[in-house]
Amino acid sequence: MSQPPNQPPTRVLPPPARKPFPGMAALRETGRLYALALEVVRCTFKRPFQFREFIGQFWFIASVSLLPAALVAIPFGAVIALHLGSLTTQIGAQSFTGAASVLAIIQQASPVVTALLIAGAGGSAMCADLGSRTIREEIDAMEVLGVNPVQRLVVPRVLAAMGVAAFLNGLVSVVGVLGGYFFNVIMQGGTPGAYLASFSALAQLPDLWISEIKAVIFGFVAGVVAAYRGLNPGRGPKGVGDAVNQSVVITFLLLFLLNLILTTLYLQVVPPKGA
Amino acid sequence: MGVEVAVEGLGKSFGRQRIWQDVTLTLPVGEISVLLGPSGTGKSVFLKCLVGLLKPNSGSITINGTDLVRCSEHKLYDIRKLFGVLFQDGALFGSMNLYDNVAFPLREHTRKSETEIRRIVTEKMDMVGLAGEGTKLPGEISGGMRKRAGLARALVLDPGIILVDEPDSGLDPVRTAYISQLLVDLNAQIDATILIVTHNINVARTVPDNIGMLFRRELVMFGPREVLLTSEEPAVKQFINGSRIGPIGMSEEKDEATMAAELAAGFDLGADEITGVPPQLEPTPGLPERQAVRRRKDRVMRILHTLPPAARTTILSSLDPTDRFGR
Repeated sequence: MSQPPNQPPTRVLPPPARKPFPGMAALRETGRLYALALEVVRCTFKRPFQFREFIGQFWFIASVSLLPAALVAIPFGAVIALHLGSLTTQIGAQSFTGAASVLAIIQQASPVVTALLIAGAGGSAMCADLGSRTIREEIDAMEVLGVNPVQRLVVPRVLAAMGVAAFLNGLVSVVGVLGGYFFNVIMQGGTPGAYLASFSALAQLPDLWISEIKAVIFGFVAGVVAAYRGLNPGRGPKGVGDAVNQSVVITFLLLFLLNLILTTLYLQVVPPKGA
Repeated sequence: MGVEVAVEGLGKSFGRQRIWQDVTLTLPVGEISVLLGPSGTGKSVFLKCLVGLLKPNSGSITINGTDLVRCSEHKLYDIRKLFGVLFQDGALFGSMNLYDNVAFPLREHTRKSETEIRRIVTEKMDMVGLAGEGTKLPGEISGGMRKRAGLARALVLDPGIILVDEPDSGLDPVRTAYISQLLVDLNAQIDATILIVTHNINVARTVPDNIGMLFRRELVMFGPREVLLTSEEPAVKQFINGSRIGPIGMSEEKDEATMAAELAAGFDLGADEITGVPPQLEPTPGLPERQAVRRRKDRVMRILHTLPPAARTTILSSLDPTDRFGR
């Protein structure tokens, strides 16, 4: 191998790497997720509203989450009712079984079940859809055609997720309460009249409101997280698969944290009935 | 009518990896330019910077007096309506059929009636040879058809600038020739500025008015086609010839030592050397003349004294008597 003399090296060495601040990547991701959430809110009020896309997505999310939601709601309501039923029998407060189980179902179980299904069934499909569009350069093409993909694709999806969450929450509440009623009255021999009459003993209208507010917020989070992961997938088809996986996991983590915060706030702000 | 794109000192890096730097070139109004370069030199990255999908680290891109690198998002979306971009795989929307794909920009940006949209879409689909294929989905057609449909979609808004990413990738030579002809015809019809990114030598030799080449993280040269095609620059010469002799190696580039070793070993060229400047493609007979040809001639004559001798001779010998004495 003949080495020519006095040749300057042809390869330019890259500048020495700066040591990245630990946790920087996580902070950046969080920041970009927030930025997308803000962009979604901003674009929601921008005309023209993509009505067809919204209807299509609404229908899609509803169709994939409706049946599973109903099927999950029955055993969920039943478990709560059975548990409370045996508990209240032990402490001699049977007349309050209905009140307690309706509170638990409406305030906690229903929004969480709704959100899990929106994220698991609707969000994962949404993330996969956006992810495959991203790696096929469809999103780039849309931007180049002068169309904002957030306004065109993400906003209708997020709004659809919120809307379906609100309706689904109502469905899950009703099915859950019916399930609870069935198991308490038929299986545990509870008194139908007492079960129904005690509904209004502890529960009040704000409980229903917080339930719906929670569901809508969870729907928003599920939609934004799915869109964010979908618009920023890893490389190739495997990247899309990973993104879908992560979007569901991240949504679940955020949901339970948010649920804790919202519940704490609600209990502090709204006085319990009769207090 | 075309739009001029002026790129000044553009540089782009991903983290520590520098893609290219200090790229300065001007795409003249209505002319066809080709950007050459070995695989992996960031040609597609350059294209994405031009349309604002990637943000360059330094430099400016000026279109109609607006700097794309520093303008607001709102302004960027506005300027993008001037662009027609053909992505490598067409980048069609998989959920829509070809007709809806081509109609998409019209429905989003104009208030045209459906009858008028139908007329424009049919016209553009005829132009790229896809008449009557409107109901097919992008997943059901071949790569060449996807590419042509992508081109039709890029054309519906009558863009001032058309950017084409590797028109030849995945196409057979015949289809590539048709696409080349189509681009020249288009230029004659709507006088748009066209930039083609490719590594197809045939396209580079016959289609453009100007050629540039990216290599070793910078723009080796950019200028009238004669300059690059007659260049003695080793990388350019090697690339045009498609030979192994020269500074371009299997992985991006060779170092000087390997090159010297190869020369010492006396590599044989393997193929006939390609030299000279072939005649440029003409628009299909019946179409209007390319207005860019006249403008380019004037422009090149003004900068003729700055060009290398070989290019100068070629340009002068290509002039016919009316050009030389007619004005």
